[in-house]
Amino acid sequence: MTDEQKLVHFQERIDAGEKIEPKDWMPEAYRKTLLRQISQHAHSEVIGMQPEGNWVLRAPSLRAKKILLAKIQDEGGHGLYLYSAAETFGIDRSEMIEQLQTGKAKYSSVFNYPTLNWADIGAIGWLVDGAAIVNQTMLAKCSFGPYARAMVRICKEEGFHQRQGYEIMAKMMAGTNEQKAMAQDAMNRWWWPSLMMFGPHDSSSAHTSESMKWKIKVESNDSLRQRFVNRTVEQAHHIGLTVPDLNLTYNKETRNWNFGDINWDEFWTVVNGNGPCNHQRIAHHIKYHREGEWVREAAVAFGKKQQKQNSLN
Amino acid sequence: MTEKSNQFPQWEVFIQAKNGGPYEHAGSVHATDKNMALQNARDIYTRRNEGRSLWVVQTDNIFSTTREEEAEFFDPAEDKIYRTPNFYKMPAGTTNL
Ligand SMILES: [Fe+2]
Ligand SMILES: [Fe+2]
Repeated sequence: MTDEQKLVHFQERIDAGEKIEPKDWMPEAYRKTLLRQISQHAHSEVIGMQPEGNWVLRAPSLRAKKILLAKIQDEGGHGLYLYSAAETFGIDRSEMIEQLQTGKAKYSSVFNYPTLNWADIGAIGWLVDGAAIVNQTMLAKCSFGPYARAMVRICKEEGFHQRQGYEIMAKMMAGTNEQKAMAQDAMNRWWWPSLMMFGPHDSSSAHTSESMKWKIKVESNDSLRQRFVNRTVEQAHHIGLTVPDLNLTYNKETRNWNFGDINWDEFWTVVNGNGPCNHQRIAHHIKYHREGEWVREAAVAFGKKQQKQNSLN
Repeated sequence: MTEKSNQFPQWEVFIQAKNGGPYEHAGSVHATDKNMALQNARDIYTRRNEGRSLWVVQTDNIFSTTREEEAEFFDPAEDKIYRTPNFYKMPAGTTNL
């Protein structure tokens, strides 16, 4: 088969809803796009542990601390499922880590914002994980088998993340005036970054059409964002939170909540490395990666010793 | 593995969800020995009682067919429908068969 015939056959498989497995023939651009997307998704899960980790030692109760620890551990697990999916392409994990640490690979910009009060933990679980769920439920239908399977596993775990976040917000909104103000403050700071998580508008998104053709994505940024807004606005109102958008209106005909303009200058500033915490996030990752070096060395030495013993037996 | 790679060897993880059920592939982990592989697999893939038994096997030891050889490899099974019970005609009125 010529490459052109292979491409036609590949597209037929995609159109028929088949999953592509790592050893199957695929266009170079398909492999490249997925590798970039999966590794950046993995990095996002891992870096995403930092803003939440900031509150483990200051959680207001033992219950809250246990929940937060379990949630953060899940995010680490999500990162590992995704690195594992990316590795099916034959890329070495240390190469991906290096790309993250040198800034060659990006991660979700939302994790470059600081967590200033306890309600931020609520807002992250409810809004950031909520947005991630909308996106990841779509990605579970993606055409690349290992990615889709990792997404199914992740989606099963996300339900708890979002609910624990909303519970924090609901509790604070039922509390003192100070607590309500903290919850509203967190809402004000996390709302727009959450909407930005879905990426640029369809009209200005560089990868959308090819990704849709190959079912790397099966829904566009704007339609996913709208779904998130529709779900979340009502949840906000239900516990008395105000959505920080003066242009927010309900359209009875489309049954959508129309929202105001997103500040894309802010989005690109953060994507390009100049958000409030970009530097801190990567510096932290490098520091702990280096500090763990001796543990890895010891593990390798122990593994070798065991192999030797096994071969002597 | 590239030369500068400091990655531990890779292991594939298989989970048995229920006693008596099949072992299903879940993903992979990195570990320097089999015990570490099992522990990492437990921590990464079974935090919610997803399994009651695990297999780990080094990725290098797994061999697979490819999509390209699918037809050649599996087609011979297609024209042997006499391997299925419905191929056989039973006399009318036969029961329990
Ligand atoms: Fe996650
Ligand atoms: Fe999550």
